[in-house]
Amino acid sequence: MPKELSRRSFLKGSLAAACATCAAQVPLPASAKSKDGQELATLIDIRKCIGCEACVEACREVNDFKYPEPEKPFPKMYPKRVKVADWSDEEGREVRDRLTPYNWLTIQWATVSVDGEETELSFPRRCMHCQNPPCADLCPWGAARKLENGITVIHPDICFGGKKCQVVCPWDIPQRQTGVGLYLDVLPSLAGNGVMYKCDRCYNRIAEGEMPACIEECPEDVQVIGPRDEIVKEAHRLVEEEGVYIYGETENGGTNTLYVSPVPYETLNLAISKGPGQPHFDQVEDQMAHADNLAKAMVIAPLAGLAAAVGRVYNATKKLGDDTGDAS
Amino acid sequence: MTLETTPRAYAELKFFKPLYFILLFTMGLTGFGQMPIFKRYYIADIPGLGWLADFYATHYIHYIGAVVLFGFFVYAAVVYFGLMRKAFQLTWAAYIRIAILALIAVTGIFRVMKNLPDVVFSPLFTMVIDISHLVFMMFLIVFGILFMVFKKRWLVEK
Repeated sequence: MPKELSRRSFLKGSLAAACATCAAQVPLPASAKSKDGQELATLIDIRKCIGCEACVEACREVNDFKYPEPEKPFPKMYPKRVKVADWSDEEGREVRDRLTPYNWLTIQWATVSVDGEETELSFPRRCMHCQNPPCADLCPWGAARKLENGITVIHPDICFGGKKCQVVCPWDIPQRQTGVGLYLDVLPSLAGNGVMYKCDRCYNRIAEGEMPACIEECPEDVQVIGPRDEIVKEAHRLVEEEGVYIYGETENGGTNTLYVSPVPYETLNLAISKGPGQPHFDQVEDQMAHADNLAKAMVIAPLAGLAAAVGRVYNATKKLGDDTGDAS
Repeated sequence: MTLETTPRAYAELKFFKPLYFILLFTMGLTGFGQMPIFKRYYIADIPGLGWLADFYATHYIHYIGAVVLFGFFVYAAVVYFGLMRKAFQLTWAAYIRIAILALIAVTGIFRVMKNLPDVVFSPLFTMVIDISHLVFMMFLIVFGILFMVFKKRWLVEK
């Protein structure tokens, strides 16, 4: 990616000009469309996963060129409460048991009772690729964006690393690396703190007609990908015929990652390690529902203003007429 | 006593200014709150201002402000053209303000559309509206301060 050009262009001239120049550098991954224009979703069958981490390794291998190579020493940041997030040393890059800027897919483990038998389950966790992603909706710069094929990506040349996307993400998915990105060329000490990284579901591979690496390399066919309608239909079939449980169909208003599990997600959620870089399996309400409702109110508000104003003008004009009549 | 002979009797002349100021201040505050700056710079640590670090809270208030603002804009426009235009005229400073407000409103509308579940804009368009919405607000602040300093009002009596 032409990072240097993009950064320098941002500094030149007005912000509007910078926008246009930046945009010219931005690849257009919106071309990564499904064949019929529908959003693509994945179905992860937890029962099939053996925890071999082939998906993790495949992800790391094909996305290696997207990983951050920070400039050191990091600029001193103010105020003091702004902390460095650095995973770039050898040890940090090797972390696999949680999400990091260098590990966009992690395997979680849970020991649960399935049909009365203690069973150890494993399953891949990564970005859920929400249908209405708060990270993309609320990103102040447009760095996080949803593509037409349902993939949510964060553009590393535009992201300031403010971590807002992680804060608003119901699963705290995006992970920050300090010392890389646009903030270095703007106000490195006073604004920004790197770039946020997360699974982009191999949008570049999908654009070229290839499968996401985690799906392609899985020896157990844990994941399948397809138009969301078909994925949801398949998940429902599994519920009816095999008594599994679905996660992701309605969470946060619906995501493009669906899980099917042999045990309820309340049970699974209790059995997994949760914390930074280790997503939960809680129920999640639609975080952007308020925006959808208030958007409707924004359509009605001008009509209310119009009605009030017409009433006001009519009454004032009528009063003027009455006053004029009285005077004559 | 008629409306023509006592233009200052318009109730709008009294409540437009404070309402406009409160609305714009709220929109500016919650708009800038969409950037992760209030927590970083301890502003959200001030008692009573913790909500400024809650992105969903500021977003919600920003949307409510937009609802009120859209209603207010239409009300103000209709009352001006239907009632006040006989006694007042807009100044050139008002036209500049209106132009900037219109740009803020239009980019804001596109931002609202972008946040709807079934609407996907291109990455370029998304970035342009995101940044231009902020830039136009900064223009409004700069021009607002300049007009205040040089006492450039919205209306002058005919």
